[in-house]
Amino acid sequence: MDLNYTDEQKAFRQEVRSWLEKHVPEKPLPSFDASREGFEAHRAWERVLADSRWGMVTWPESYGGRGLDLIQWLIFEEEYYRAGAPLRVNQNGIFLLGPTLMEYGTDEQKARFLTSMASGDEIWAQAWSEPQAGSDLASVRATAVLEGDEYVLKGHKIWSSRAVFADWAFGLFRTDPASQRHKGLSLIFFPLDAPGVRVQAIPQIDGETGFAEIFLDDVRVPAFNRLGGEGEGWNICMATAGFERGLMLRSPARFQVAARKLVELFKAHEAEVEPTVRAAVLQSWMDAEAYALSIYATASRLAAGGHIGAEASTNKIFWSEMDIAMHKAALSILGARAELLRSSPEAGDIGRWLDGYFFSLAGPIYAGSNEIQRNIIAERMLGLPRA
Amino acid sequence: MDFRFSEEQTMTADVVRELLTDVCQPADLRRLMGEGAARDEARWAKIVEMGLAGALVAEDQGGLGLKAIDFVQIAEACGHAGLPEPLVENAGVALPLLADFSGNSRAAALLERALAGEVTVTVAHPANPFVADADTAEAVLVVRDGAVHLVEPAKAKIVAQPSVDPFRRLFTVEFEPGAETLIAGTDEAAAPLAAALDRGALFAAAQMQGIAQRCVDLGVAYAKERQQFGKPIGSYQAVKHHLATAQVKIEFARPVLHAAAAQLEQGDLYSRARISQAKLACADAADVAARTSIQVHGAMGYSWEVDVHFFLKRGIALTNWWGGTAFHRERVAARVFARPLGPEHTFAREAEHA
Repeated sequence: MDLNYTDEQKAFRQEVRSWLEKHVPEKPLPSFDASREGFEAHRAWERVLADSRWGMVTWPESYGGRGLDLIQWLIFEEEYYRAGAPLRVNQNGIFLLGPTLMEYGTDEQKARFLTSMASGDEIWAQAWSEPQAGSDLASVRATAVLEGDEYVLKGHKIWSSRAVFADWAFGLFRTDPASQRHKGLSLIFFPLDAPGVRVQAIPQIDGETGFAEIFLDDVRVPAFNRLGGEGEGWNICMATAGFERGLMLRSPARFQVAARKLVELFKAHEAEVEPTVRAAVLQSWMDAEAYALSIYATASRLAAGGHIGAEASTNKIFWSEMDIAMHKAALSILGARAELLRSSPEAGDIGRWLDGYFFSLAGPIYAGSNEIQRNIIAERMLGLPRA
Repeated sequence: MDFRFSEEQTMTADVVRELLTDVCQPADLRRLMGEGAARDEARWAKIVEMGLAGALVAEDQGGLGLKAIDFVQIAEACGHAGLPEPLVENAGVALPLLADFSGNSRAAALLERALAGEVTVTVAHPANPFVADADTAEAVLVVRDGAVHLVEPAKAKIVAQPSVDPFRRLFTVEFEPGAETLIAGTDEAAAPLAAALDRGALFAAAQMQGIAQRCVDLGVAYAKERQQFGKPIGSYQAVKHHLATAQVKIEFARPVLHAAAAQLEQGDLYSRARISQAKLACADAADVAARTSIQVHGAMGYSWEVDVHFFLKRGIALTNWWGGTAFHRERVAARVFARPLGPEHTFAREAEHA
């Protein structure tokens, strides 16, 4: 065990830091979930990243990356959050679909989709859930029927993050109409502007339109858009979900920066807050550190050829619960000002804690509810019998 | 940067784990209790044979020259087994502390016998109001006004302070300090005593990590067997979710514990905060896991017959051993409120900010 960065890793950190210092927009970009303008501002930022091959540092150079390892990815993320750089509008693509494509895609598919994903030219949404298939994802009803070299897609997807403004979606479809449950499903890509696609925004708790319903009415896409074999969709989705929950979606730096801001907020208001808040602030810092250390351990293991397993589920539970606790601590420091909008003359340093708190409440739900994660831990890690 | 144990580190811990699986099962603990004993001499002899007494003592002083990171998984195994004998306190804390004073001839002579496994040594450190295993120790390292004295139990007044944990033997030790007992003055003693506190807290945390996993293991085993409504209770989500929640606590205490072990030798504000964080996290995991296991066992969980209470009691004891919650939270606070925060400082050390 060696918990020191190599000289090469230290130099890499400096390289990332100085690039970000020069390029991160001075003013925060408008939300990518509230308007087309905000979305396109984030796409423009993705292009700036991609032009210097910072879009996805772990990807091979041939797809716009730098071929770096997971420790370097962690260092990049640490500097990225430290610099307060914009959130990644293409996170469904680069963090979830990208690694899956890398593993299951053909060379032609990789060439077609990865480069445009890394460049921000094509921004992706996820289309898995349906009104009747939430936690019970295997009960997907949307169908894909092969006609010649095209699939005809039909169905109703929901809770698709980014789908209002995104270009493409990857969805789970039943390719074998006679199949049951997780058999007979395939993962298929479709353009969100294809004829027969109708996207309807769903306003969220915070009033933004971060997710949407997608209605598919005889949407024709080439069979080329199927990732992996017909009927292999479930296993591929679970691999995607493993990455999503396990490593990439929520990098530890996000929470370590939030913990730092929470400590700063606490210091500014220490005299006004009740003593229990101090303990909550310290716990938030400790939890963010614990998560970071855990990811370093996982990254070290993966770098040595290991695989991510059910611990992806423990990660997801831990970061989602930590995120809520952290924001609750901030709201208790803000006291009566917690409910104010930033436009209030009395808002002062309320920052984005309330928005963050709302978003944190989605954490235990998206990417597989925490109830489902606890089932996975109980069954796959602890070996308890299935119901 | 490589956050993994070496094969050798894991193999050494595996050997200890296997031995304890053989000789330290709850049935062994119950037999010992039935005999009214707190220590199994045959088991202790086997542990001594492994030659781990000098694990953390430098090679030029006759030890194995291992570091905290080499020993941490052994301490976890001791917690998981509920080991009554003082492998962790003797080899993990007392002997490296004694070795720090080996310039003193009494200390050097005692160290030689302790490294050979002939005798054990224990520590009366200000962090603990009581002294463990003072009756069977050959000598006690007692801190008085910052100076360290080496005291033979026969020349001291030793008063037993019975613990709820039948395998912890606690005492208060009173003695007359004098030139013949003194082995290190305050200046010389300060750094070794701080290091002893760090090791004590770290290895207490490691034992609690083992205790936590044992409690979940016991709960899982019972939940697979016990049937209600015609099915194993472990197939019901209510039971699954309790156990999964406890396992999550364990999973996120572990990397903190291991980072703390790897950083212990830094001996600075950062490594101390990490050790304290590990102590808090492992205590929390042990607490949640023990309570969960009792709940999963139902009424059986409240019975003397089920083994969980051994681990519950050890967890309660170790939560306050080598510093309680308030003490360790303040060590974390000292780092959080006075040093730079953020993701680029996860593995920081004091020298970089001097």
